[in-house]
Amino acid sequence: MKYLQLVWAALARRKTRTVLTILSVLVAFLLFGLLDGVRAAFNAGGTLAGVDRMVVSSRFSIIQPLPESLVARVRATPGVRRTTWANWFGGYYREPKNQLIIFAVAPGYFDVYPDYGVGKPMLEAFERTRTGVLVGASLAKRFGWKVGDKLPVMGSIFPNKATGETTWQFDIVGIYTAPSAKSRALEQQVLLHWKYFDEANAYGSGDVGWIIVQVADPQRSAEVAQAIDALSANSDHETKTQTEQEFNLSFAKQVGDIGLIVTAIIGAVFFTLMLLTGNTMAQAVRERIPELATLKTLGFTDRGVLGLVFLESVLLIVTGGTLGLVLASILTPIVSAASGGMLELPPIGLASWLTGFALMVAVGAIVGVLPALRAKRLRIVDALAGR
Amino acid sequence: MTALVEIRDVSKAYVRGRQSVEVLHHISLDIRQGDFLALMGPSGSGKTTLLNLIGGLDSPTSGNISVGGKRIDQLGGTALAKWRAANVGFIFQFYNLLPMLSAQKNVEVPLLLTKLSAAERRRNAAIALTLVHLADRAHHKPNELSGGQQQRVAIARAIVSDPTLLVCDEPTGDLDRQSAEEVLGLLQVLNREHGKTIVMVTHDPKAADHATHTLHLEKGNLVEQAA
Repeated sequence: MKYLQLVWAALARRKTRTVLTILSVLVAFLLFGLLDGVRAAFNAGGTLAGVDRMVVSSRFSIIQPLPESLVARVRATPGVRRTTWANWFGGYYREPKNQLIIFAVAPGYFDVYPDYGVGKPMLEAFERTRTGVLVGASLAKRFGWKVGDKLPVMGSIFPNKATGETTWQFDIVGIYTAPSAKSRALEQQVLLHWKYFDEANAYGSGDVGWIIVQVADPQRSAEVAQAIDALSANSDHETKTQTEQEFNLSFAKQVGDIGLIVTAIIGAVFFTLMLLTGNTMAQAVRERIPELATLKTLGFTDRGVLGLVFLESVLLIVTGGTLGLVLASILTPIVSAASGGMLELPPIGLASWLTGFALMVAVGAIVGVLPALRAKRLRIVDALAGR
Repeated sequence: MTALVEIRDVSKAYVRGRQSVEVLHHISLDIRQGDFLALMGPSGSGKTTLLNLIGGLDSPTSGNISVGGKRIDQLGGTALAKWRAANVGFIFQFYNLLPMLSAQKNVEVPLLLTKLSAAERRRNAAIALTLVHLADRAHHKPNELSGGQQQRVAIARAIVSDPTLLVCDEPTGDLDRQSAEEVLGLLQVLNREHGKTIVMVTHDPKAADHATHTLHLEKGNLVEQAA
């Protein structure tokens, strides 16, 4: 610890450069903190144990539909308390940039999902109107919609059987508000009748996108899932029963391997960081050659000087990195809240902190190794003579 | 009085590119304990090279160097560094203080290599600064001190671990006459009252006048020894 004063003195020698370097490290670790949660979420497998809702979808692809007849068989599976189902209905409002998350939902959907906060009067209005849709409060606020409005949607997949076109017109019969901040993301959705969708789309009927299962005993979820998947084994519609988290992630994974993309971004950031800080450390040591030679003159060994430069490099990265992770911890809930529930970043957990610290030490060691070796190899008489 | 430094048939050659240049030729010399020796000579005569060898900053190409009975030419890098820390104080022309540390902290640097506690390091550094009449400047950084004051801090740093030998490379080369006199006066006090053996390289005959002995080097050879 007594040598820390020498290390701090070296870092304080060029304050502006040190502050800028720490800032760049801070930004890199801020990104790491924010993105590592995303990466972890996308790479997490999820476990069926203890969950009371599961999603049954095609084993091969979430865009592969399942036969409606499967719903009754799933409902009859021992351990299943309730079932409902839904279909994806892609489309946009007015312009392609206004993409909407639209689901065609079956009867009983809101019994399984009380998270939407759809009350009885709203549900009755929905059931009364064949072309009715329920929209989330956040989405309604964004586009200025109100109950009674007509909602024209340009479908991106399904043409309307009646017109042959992909233009659909719905009636807004209710605007729901998610009861908890945790389910605020649901307010970004538009929900329409599955029955209407099934009858009116030109691509045929009798298909469901996925089946949602509520189990009687969450402790037996894995067993129930196995039994459900066994129903379709060796058929042309084999199923995969999984957690909602896994199912939701599989939607996003259609874009690509998000975990890999995030890892690649973090990798690129750290590679750039290493070039930047490596250059800074090399420059810092180059400027201090007479000082390092003086330390050696006074009796510091080659290894001692190597250790000082190494410590300086690690300390620089650990300082910036810790500040970055602290900032990420502060920003994570703020970003999640600001996204209206669309982006649920997990808090920076112990695993992220440990990985972060390991990265800080590794980056500090990598960028410090060459300058430290240079300092170690310094010949006093040459350095003092300016050679 | 016994010889503190014994130099026997020492030569030193540097390799520059493909050429080997011998800068010291078969030097033999004794420096007695308590001496204040001035090494003089024109540029390139080998003064600083000889000083570096005496201070253990470099090793001879051939020959023996003993300081206090220890063959320092046979020591490896780490052992030599530890020997320097315990036995030699260095004073340079351009002070070589660490710019971000206060005078007090600069003086404490050699003590970081000892087992002294922080409080003991502070106390010893304060005593050394008092000896060079800079106790009131302990918390000033080098750039807040004059050249003479910086050199006095460097002297305090050189003596703080109580070495037997002080090696000084042009200690007054960057100072005005008055500051130079103050520094030389301090070196004399350290030599006479504290028994430090001093070897000083200088171009300045007036500086050499403060020494008890003067040696002249020319083209790597010892040419004159005056008592």
